[in-house]
Amino acid sequence: MLFLLIACQSRFIEDGEWLPGGETTNTLMFGGNAFIRPAENILVEHEPSFYTGNSFFNQSWVEAPASTQHRDGLGPMFNARSCASCHFKDGRGAPPEDGESFLGLLLKASIPGQQDDSSPLPSVQYGVQIQSFSILDVPPEASPVVHYEEITGFYDDGEAFRLLKPTYELQFAQYGQTDDLLLSPRVAPVVIGMGLLEAISEKRLEELSDPNDADGDGVSGKLNWVWDVEKDTHSIGRFGWKSEMPSVKAQVGGAFLHDVGITSPLFPQNNCADIQIECLEEPPGGEPEINQELFDKVVLYTSLLAVPMRHNWDSKSVLKGKRLFLEMGCDSCHTPSHTTGDHADFAELSQQRIFPYTDLLLHDMGEGLSDHRPSFDAEGSEWRTPPLWSVGLVPTVNNHTRFLHDGRARNLTEAILWHGGEAQSAQQAFLALSKPEREQVIEFVESL
Amino acid sequence: MYRKSETIRTDVISEPRHIEVRIMFRIYLIDIDNHYQLDYTIDNDNHSQKGNVTMLFLLLACSEKISSETMIDISANYAEIVHTSYTDSVTTAQTLDAEILAFLDVPSQASLTTAQNAWLDSREPYLQTEVYRFYDGPIDNPDTGVEGLLNAWPLDEAYIDYTADDSSAGIINDTSVTIDADTLMSLNEQGGEENIATGFHAIEYLLWGQDLSADSAGMRPYTDFVVDGSGTAANQDRRALYLETASSLMIEHLQEVQTAWAADSENYRSEFLAMDGEEQLRMIMTGMIILTGFETGGERLQTALDSGDQEDEHSCFSDNTHRDMIQDVQGVQNIYLGNYGSVSGLGIKDIVADVDADLADRIDTEIQAALDAGNALVVPFDNEIAMDNTDGRDRVQTLITNLRTVEQSLEEAFRAFGLAVPVAE
Repeated sequence: MLFLLIACQSRFIEDGEWLPGGETTNTLMFGGNAFIRPAENILVEHEPSFYTGNSFFNQSWVEAPASTQHRDGLGPMFNARSCASCHFKDGRGAPPEDGESFLGLLLKASIPGQQDDSSPLPSVQYGVQIQSFSILDVPPEASPVVHYEEITGFYDDGEAFRLLKPTYELQFAQYGQTDDLLLSPRVAPVVIGMGLLEAISEKRLEELSDPNDADGDGVSGKLNWVWDVEKDTHSIGRFGWKSEMPSVKAQVGGAFLHDVGITSPLFPQNNCADIQIECLEEPPGGEPEINQELFDKVVLYTSLLAVPMRHNWDSKSVLKGKRLFLEMGCDSCHTPSHTTGDHADFAELSQQRIFPYTDLLLHDMGEGLSDHRPSFDAEGSEWRTPPLWSVGLVPTVNNHTRFLHDGRARNLTEAILWHGGEAQSAQQAFLALSKPEREQVIEFVESL
Repeated sequence: MYRKSETIRTDVISEPRHIEVRIMFRIYLIDIDNHYQLDYTIDNDNHSQKGNVTMLFLLLACSEKISSETMIDISANYAEIVHTSYTDSVTTAQTLDAEILAFLDVPSQASLTTAQNAWLDSREPYLQTEVYRFYDGPIDNPDTGVEGLLNAWPLDEAYIDYTADDSSAGIINDTSVTIDADTLMSLNEQGGEENIATGFHAIEYLLWGQDLSADSAGMRPYTDFVVDGSGTAANQDRRALYLETASSLMIEHLQEVQTAWAADSENYRSEFLAMDGEEQLRMIMTGMIILTGFETGGERLQTALDSGDQEDEHSCFSDNTHRDMIQDVQGVQNIYLGNYGSVSGLGIKDIVADVDADLADRIDTEIQAALDAGNALVVPFDNEIAMDNTDGRDRVQTLITNLRTVEQSLEEAFRAFGLAVPVAE
């Protein structure tokens, strides 16, 4: 047996890589429900909170006051009535079609400049996010629309490809429009594995960062030092498309406030901009609207959602795709694996070997992907490397294949083709591949 | 409690080259009470010796640990149970439909009660079919599955009809929406997981209304459906049309899964029966494990117990939650023992017994204990979870604990069979 073990290990298969979440990995439920299970090693004492957190993640919030005391406080401004509206089955949102109304994609807003904590300056009219819905008696901020322009390119073998370039427009802008309004589109990402990413040590991220490209590989990688409300200081950003949130708690609290209009112990002030009189006059559904106990349960839920195991990690074409992925240097940013440190709250997440395929760092992705809206240390063209685990299950769970921060890519190939800036050389290497090789790369990424 | 696993794998490529036989050796450390070491030497003094001998045996006899002959009988009997229980679900849904039409024809308290009773009856066989979920079979195939249309839960009342807080809420009171089958299907799960427009719980809400008291089920007046001008709440005609439409849709969707499992057809059943025995066993057991632990023990019971809030109760409008729990476990027992109604044959117990007779008996006892714990619940369920009802909460906790035990024992068998790795898609 030991002989077999040694003799048969393939060079390209890393130990445990079929369990991307280590011992937390969901090895049982796939298909449309692939993202909804708790970590398989969840502690018995965490189970009640996980399921209650799930309930509050899914349930629709209603306008205050209402007969359901724990579930009111929606808005006054909001993008969605529940977390699950955009993260359906804990999965990924899709952008609207040309001219369609927004759900699953939202626009962050600001004006040029920074606040004292180095966060973007909020717009006087709209605050830090355009909310396209509101409760009765409060006018919604605006109806954003997207328009897509098709652009064409060619692989080295002469085959053409088409990409969609989005532009955004605010219609029915209730509080006026100013020329200096900066908008950044953000699609709702898959929610799984966040606690594991939080458990990667700061030391590890600092070691991976290379802001001045000291090693000369053409890829820098920079930490976003963002404001940490909980710690009242700057911390390393890990979550959100530009790593603007330092912790799962901050991410959950920020999303509750800005996306659903629910105040929490972490963010007790409502989401009205200073000039929005009607918004400011609305009664709250509690102070805060989600209490500490329930908030903590949603944080636990979000932290412990399991990453599903890989199904197809060892087929020949997947392994060929993996080799190409590494040869092209995709792993310079999509770092395959880490070993987590000790998670302060959830022991399940500690000391796990995980395969998220991200370094959580900011990288210049080129002009084509720039939102021209700086945020903390992130420039307009800089984005956080998103994790690739389970990306191949998005079509199964969410019935679409829209990728990148604004969902412009209609499939994974288009997502790769949009890579520019520091990722330009990898993108060019992809252009130079033969069609079967490109398919192998995609098959590998889908297998993650 | 959780088992560590160690996997050894190898690929055997046989000629001709396109036949790739993947042999997966999985060693699972089954003893959950002790810390196991991966230890290949047999040491008479070592407590883990027996486990390791078993493991070695499993490894060497890898292809024989699941008897293909037993599995053929189990799968055939399983398919028959699935089809029979779906057929019963269709029949009771047709009775419900007839009673709904009779109620809408002549609305009265009596005809509403008859329709409500027919709904309760229709739940009995359907709940026993829930154990066929979670392996992407016909009921919840990601592309064609009807589970979300049939039984999605929890349901946001205000998505369908008025509530105590909002007299003009919902599809029924939004006269810009045409109420027909296609529209209701397209609105189901649109824009949120609780935006449920079709299925059992939508019909339940229409028949009972919001459950606003701990002592009784929802108290919707039958006059909500009276269309001659003397009715209560607005849009009675649209409410009646909605109920009628949702009811006939439910029959259609139940017939889809019934047809998929009908004997002697080119359908899912024939595909299922042609599958490898190991894959059949993996699918059947996945349904049992997930329904017992995650779905019933977790999402449905743990949530409600933790919050003490009837909003988290499974069938909150009708106060029928206790039957949901009981019949879900009944479905698991049906498959485990191989019996449903007049259908009787080999069940999962028989193949577990091939590997470990003690484990097979233990699971049998544990499922019965969970069933007993479900039957011990005092009706209505929303009283049982109330924060001041210590005895009730203990009973719910006992049911959860029993379900967890069943889940863990089923997983133990699942791991012993080496079924943890699904076939690549």
